Amino acid sequence: MALADITTPSQETEQASVQGSGWRRSLLIAVPYIWLLVFFLAPFVIVLKISLSDVVLARPPYFPTFDISEGWQGFVAMFQAFDLENYVWLTEDTLYLKSYLSSLKIAFISTMIALVLGYPIAYALAKAPKEWRSTLLMLVILPFWTSFLIRVYAWIGILKKEGVLNYVLLWSGIIDEPLTILNTDAAIYIGIVYSYLPFMILPLYAVLEKLDYSLLEAATDLGCSPFKAFWVITLPLSVSGIWAGCFLVFIPAVGEFVIPDILGGSSTIMIGKTLWVEFFSNRDWPVASAVAILLLIMLIMPIILFQKQQEKQAEASQ
Amino acid sequence: MTRFNWFNATTLTLGFAFLYLPIILLMIYSFNESRLVTVWAGFSTKWYQSVFSNESFMNAAWVTLRVGFISASLATVLGTMAALVLNRAGSFKGKTLFTGMIYATMVMPEVITGLSLLLLFVSLDFTRGFWTVTLAHITFSMCYATVVISARLVTFERSMEEAALDLGCTRFSAFMQITLPIIFPAILAAWLLAFTLSLDDLVIASFASGPGATTLPMKIYSQVRIGVSPEINALSSILIAVVAFGVVTASLITKQAHAKRMKEEQQAHSST
Repeated sequence: MALADITTPSQETEQASVQGSGWRRSLLIAVPYIWLLVFFLAPFVIVLKISLSDVVLARPPYFPTFDISEGWQGFVAMFQAFDLENYVWLTEDTLYLKSYLSSLKIAFISTMIALVLGYPIAYALAKAPKEWRSTLLMLVILPFWTSFLIRVYAWIGILKKEGVLNYVLLWSGIIDEPLTILNTDAAIYIGIVYSYLPFMILPLYAVLEKLDYSLLEAATDLGCSPFKAFWVITLPLSVSGIWAGCFLVFIPAVGEFVIPDILGGSSTIMIGKTLWVEFFSNRDWPVASAVAILLLIMLIMPIILFQKQQEKQAEASQ
Repeated sequence: MTRFNWFNATTLTLGFAFLYLPIILLMIYSFNESRLVTVWAGFSTKWYQSVFSNESFMNAAWVTLRVGFISASLATVLGTMAALVLNRAGSFKGKTLFTGMIYATMVMPEVITGLSLLLLFVSLDFTRGFWTVTLAHITFSMCYATVVISARLVTFERSMEEAALDLGCTRFSAFMQITLPIIFPAILAAWLLAFTLSLDDLVIASFASGPGATTLPMKIYSQVRIGVSPEINALSSILIAVVAFGVVTASLITKQAHAKRMKEEQQAHSST
């Protein structure tokens, strides 16, 4: 998959000879590098700084602010005003701990459901006739291009009490009374699985397509049942795809805001939503920053693991 | 394995039904006469008329298109540069950090990216609005552009670039005449991806924007919170149709370009 490609280690010496050196090369490196430093890395330093500040009724609504005209003195004064108050606050109010835990739980369960649903689809794609594959693959990717918000919104009309799903279930006599699905955790699971299923299918497909199916034939020839052959051969050989898919679903699901906000109820709290409320409703920027920093710390492990796994895969495919 | 077996065919049918039914239902109900979304009261295009006569929707659409166009174009330029840095510039100090930032931007939860950019704009005393949303969108979509273009740079043979250099081409003209035409379909795909990402984004835009620059997703979101409305269904259907048309066209163009290139390469090989 594409993500694996950019970490492919290549023949550095040869490259250097192609590109050479000089001001053009420096410029080529400097422009995107500086852009990312300014608009990606610097903002995180600011978030960290504000998470250590206090909330005040002012513009901007935090203290201390760094005044460059005061020079070094101002810098020192700023540091002296920092404290961990916001982080202490996060441990005192159980709302935040609950938000983190429930985000992890919801993301984990959704990832597992996506895996169980995505695996057979990826498998069927990989085994589909060759001339069909690229079209089918495009059909998997296409929903990813249409607006996330709209795809989540589409489920309201289906899941609500007088919605399409209840209508069909009542009409077919499966249930006697309409189910309450919208504004429950179930709706969030459906929303996350639906939105992120392509992320699960694609890396699984990439692995399953390359799988050497003669191994399976050999196993069946030697008296293995198809089920056992799958369990002993196919599954272990697709582990890298399983990991990639799970990370790609789990990581964004933890910080998800739109799905719990639109499909979930008020009793379901997820950390992305808590951060949003803290920022936009309570206007407490320092606490929102502290929530963001802790969320980041929570996600660093899975992100690093994902990157390591991608690098390993890239090396293996060479 | 040239045919579908029944198990795989069923799986695919169910899988695609799950992926597509919600969108199809939404589109069907956008033609519903009744305001009550689930009761079918006859075919009507009146919600489409009401979308086009709704000035706030049209304003938001105009803002979104401009943000998308500018941010996708700049993101593609920066993404092309970054992809060249990753694949052609050799090693340099801080390359790991560079690669790391590109990855991290893509997997970072949107709420964090949005919050951090907002705090940056506040610290720099930028007036929030059209340009801050555009800057935010350039930053996250350039990383996706980098990955798309990088994937193409990795797979094509460098021997052609080297041949051009051996024959006395300058590096710049070798890039313009050899590399750029070859990676052009990837650049086009990257632009489209960046444009769609910008068109779709709600969370980062909500943080980075200020009064006067409401994008279409922000507008839709504020309506969706109130509940389902047939106008939103109609608006969503228009957006889906536009994006689907764009993506399918782009993939056909890419396919054609690929076939043409393969043919040319074959001819070049057979004539030597």
